[in-house]
Amino acid sequence: MADPRLAVRKTYKLFIGGKFPRSESGRSYEVGAADGTFLANAAQGSRKDARDAVVAARKAFPLWAEATAYNRGQVLYRVAELLEGRRDQFVAEVADGEGGSPAEADRLVDAAIDRWVWYAGWADKIAAVAGAADPEAGPYINFSVPEPTGVVAGDAPQSSSLLGLVSVVAPVVVSGNTAVVVAAERTPLPAITLTEVLATSDLPGGVVNVLTGRTGELAAVLAAHMDVNAIDLCGVTGQDVAALERAAAGNVKRVMRPAGEAEDWAADPDPQRLLAFTEIKTVWHPVGV
Amino acid sequence: MAAVCVYADLVAVAVQALAGSGVHVASVATAFPSGRASLRTKLADVAEAVSAGADEVDMVIDRGAFLSGRYAAVLQEVRAVKAACGDARRQVRLEAGELATLDNVRRASWLAMVGGADFIKTSTGKVNPASTPATVLVMLEAVRDFAGATGVDVGVKAAGGIRTAKDAVRYLVLVRETVGQAWLHPDRFRFGASSLLNDLLMQRSKQRTGAYAGPDYFTLD
Amino acid sequence: MTDWDYAPAPESRDVVRLRSSYGLFIDGRFSEPVDGSSFKTVNPASEEVLAEVAEAGPGDVDRAVAAARRAHTDVWGPMRPAERAKYLYRVARLVQERSRELAVLESLDNGKPIRESRDVDVPLVAAHFFHYAGWADKLQHAGFGPDPRPLGVAGQVIPWNFPLLMAAWKLAPALAAGNTCVLKPAETTPLTALLLAEILQQADLPPGVVNVVTGAGGTGRALVSHDGLDKVAFTGSTEVGKEIARTLAGTRTRLTLELGGKAANVVFDDAPIDQAVEGIVNGIFFNQGHVCCAGSRLLVQESVAEPVLDSLKRRLATLRLGDPLDKNTDIGAINSSVQLDRIRELAAAGDAEGAQRWQPACQLPDRGYWFPPTLFTGVSQSHRIAREEIFGPVLSVLTFRTPAEAVEKANNTPYGLSAGVWTEKGSRILWMAQRLRAGVVWANTFNRFDPASPFGGYKESGFGREGGRHGLEAYLAEGNETLGPPKAELSGDGARHG
Repeated sequence: MADPRLAVRKTYKLFIGGKFPRSESGRSYEVGAADGTFLANAAQGSRKDARDAVVAARKAFPLWAEATAYNRGQVLYRVAELLEGRRDQFVAEVADGEGGSPAEADRLVDAAIDRWVWYAGWADKIAAVAGAADPEAGPYINFSVPEPTGVVAGDAPQSSSLLGLVSVVAPVVVSGNTAVVVAAERTPLPAITLTEVLATSDLPGGVVNVLTGRTGELAAVLAAHMDVNAIDLCGVTGQDVAALERAAAGNVKRVMRPAGEAEDWAADPDPQRLLAFTEIKTVWHPVGV
Repeated sequence: MAAVCVYADLVAVAVQALAGSGVHVASVATAFPSGRASLRTKLADVAEAVSAGADEVDMVIDRGAFLSGRYAAVLQEVRAVKAACGDARRQVRLEAGELATLDNVRRASWLAMVGGADFIKTSTGKVNPASTPATVLVMLEAVRDFAGATGVDVGVKAAGGIRTAKDAVRYLVLVRETVGQAWLHPDRFRFGASSLLNDLLMQRSKQRTGAYAGPDYFTLD
Repeated sequence: MTDWDYAPAPESRDVVRLRSSYGLFIDGRFSEPVDGSSFKTVNPASEEVLAEVAEAGPGDVDRAVAAARRAHTDVWGPMRPAERAKYLYRVARLVQERSRELAVLESLDNGKPIRESRDVDVPLVAAHFFHYAGWADKLQHAGFGPDPRPLGVAGQVIPWNFPLLMAAWKLAPALAAGNTCVLKPAETTPLTALLLAEILQQADLPPGVVNVVTGAGGTGRALVSHDGLDKVAFTGSTEVGKEIARTLAGTRTRLTLELGGKAANVVFDDAPIDQAVEGIVNGIFFNQGHVCCAGSRLLVQESVAEPVLDSLKRRLATLRLGDPLDKNTDIGAINSSVQLDRIRELAAAGDAEGAQRWQPACQLPDRGYWFPPTLFTGVSQSHRIAREEIFGPVLSVLTFRTPAEAVEKANNTPYGLSAGVWTEKGSRILWMAQRLRAGVVWANTFNRFDPASPFGGYKESGFGREGGRHGLEAYLAEGNETLGPPKAELSGDGARHG
């Protein structure tokens, strides 16, 4: 009888500027399955990795923000297509990391795919819903349009390694923001596998950057970073929230606080998460001959 | 000593604007950046810059002559420009990006130094790659050897592609390790870099506040 | 030669009945502060003391928040929205009826020309109440979910540059959405907010729905840090805005900030120059430049810099500075000696850093706080007068050559409140408008405001919008949003601060 074949394991790295670097710090940390068995050594991102990710996101911002809404919608839909194609891999990774039944993992991955589709459809509707033609008491044309806030940092939810992450990233980038997101600390592997999908789905490099490592360490760097315009704290707990908010005040970041109770990521989303990372711009022009 | 480098026709403007500031005015001359003009035209270019008050003159070598092996022609041109410079200091740009090999960089460095350059400079900034650590290392080695052979200290200027404080530190380490600390002085080593300054300011801000800085907080003049 | 000078045309101040002292407006009544201190408010055009005003301490803030909570729980929250709307319509009408009085008092206390308080501030105040009155019973159609709920009690801190207008911007949307308010006016301009309180009494607004606590920074800090608030709204400096954001870190209190600015007003070579010059003047000299969205950086295309500056100087020479109550006055008084010192300091920095100062011949009154209209040329991006908000009648002039350079310079600032574009080319206006990182872009106009139009900043100019449908968002609980625990039990009647 032949020896059983030894599997080829994947090295889980960071995703910065469309590339897959290891942490510049050379650190990694052990990631275990829900039952405690060893899965992989994930990169333990450092403050310099966070800095590099912000630089990449800032560089990618102008072109992504200027891309047409139609184009952004297509790119997000493409992510859903590719995710569907690798569905089984994600089901296995989610089940390993989060535990629970295979049926449960099935449901979470399906929901994650459908969430990309849901947000993809928003790309060319945000302006219709959040914009306005403002009726002025005078001879002026005045319109208001939502624009992306800029570079948005996010701390992905700890409880939902794939669906939660997608629910945080998709609403940020669909409007033209670029994102630096810290994957769930204990279950980072689906996030990194997701970046392989992002890297092959026409999403320009730098639009989404994913860091793995200690959420507390990376969140502190991102919250204080003067070139980050907004931060989503949904993966942060306890007294860390106050400290991060204080740091975020340094450049008047828009802060999305974590929900008061555990968020149900499987629930139908509403556009609030998307609108929270847009700015309304109002343009005036006189009317006359 | 910092310097502002301009084309010859703007030397007078720069001299007026910088009067009393202590900042030198340098002028590119000799058909910058291509180096393609007759020697007569090049010398006229130099004369114009010097008479307008340039403290320093930047020449570019004739890469065509160099690459076809007419080293004597290059040397002769460097000497002629040196003579036309009078009291102005003279920098010679090698345009290392077009010299193809590091051996050529070293040879061109020697030609420039033998021809009387006060400074040798990597590039015009118009060709990629411009400055790389490897070319600067070779130039520094040439400068070290020239000083050993003649007792004359020649300066080195690294220009083009140096955008961050971290890039700059790498070059400073090369200088220190190759020619020694005496060269870590504006008279002997300089950067030609316009975006370096804001990055340096951003790094200082990071040191001071602990938070990474953003470009919105540093002005583009 | 015949003297064709304008005769003085002062507005009568008899219409205003100043009281010698003002108490705090809490729970529908004016009352003395529990700790008994007070401060004086002066007319900045004459340094005359106008009145003594109560200074609210922590105990007073406590009383005000408790009154607002009761009013929210018992009256304003449960009230039928259509009834709330009618209260706000009433307020709007009363503002119109007493507009002369409000305008004169505003000019007395603030120093702004009567022409502006009469034609801009007060009409916009009435319009704001009218606009939001109509929203009160239409909130479920405003796009914030089928069942939008008020947040509860809002603490609102406003600045001295548009004292009454900023009160309206804060109160009208908050009340329409069903919140109750504690408003803190600026310490140099408390009087029109107190007159507005009298108007609210005339409107029979239920006690506690709006409370006005006067005082300085200490009062503001006591208010924004009060744990009985569900919402804080602040308009003022970026520095204080950051401090408030830090104060509210880790709480469930919602926050919106409208902060400083350093707007670029970009003039292209094809702009109609005389029209642009009017826009430049309106952009920076409106309200003595005490405007967060002022066009304080003029970016003019190099090819037309000379004619634009010539026209601008000619126009500045015709501006009339002096008595704010004179109907011909263009430039009034600087609001306070503190602000005058800041303007002087920054103008001196402009000189020291090598920019060239130009001021028209201009006679300054002997008493009061005054600064002549001023422009600086030869300014570079790194000069303090190009980076810092001066909040005074000082224009920094820079030049550019290409549209890309104009965008780069305009956006090269931590601020992002407003911007101006002057060109006859439509496609260029839209190209610029897309790229300018600012909440309001005025094209071929400047400093226009309307209650139906959102207003607010990008970057360090703050977040949240005031005006229009967007302005409701700051005062409504949305979608799946989970609010903090009910605050009713947190702010009982007892004065926790002693």
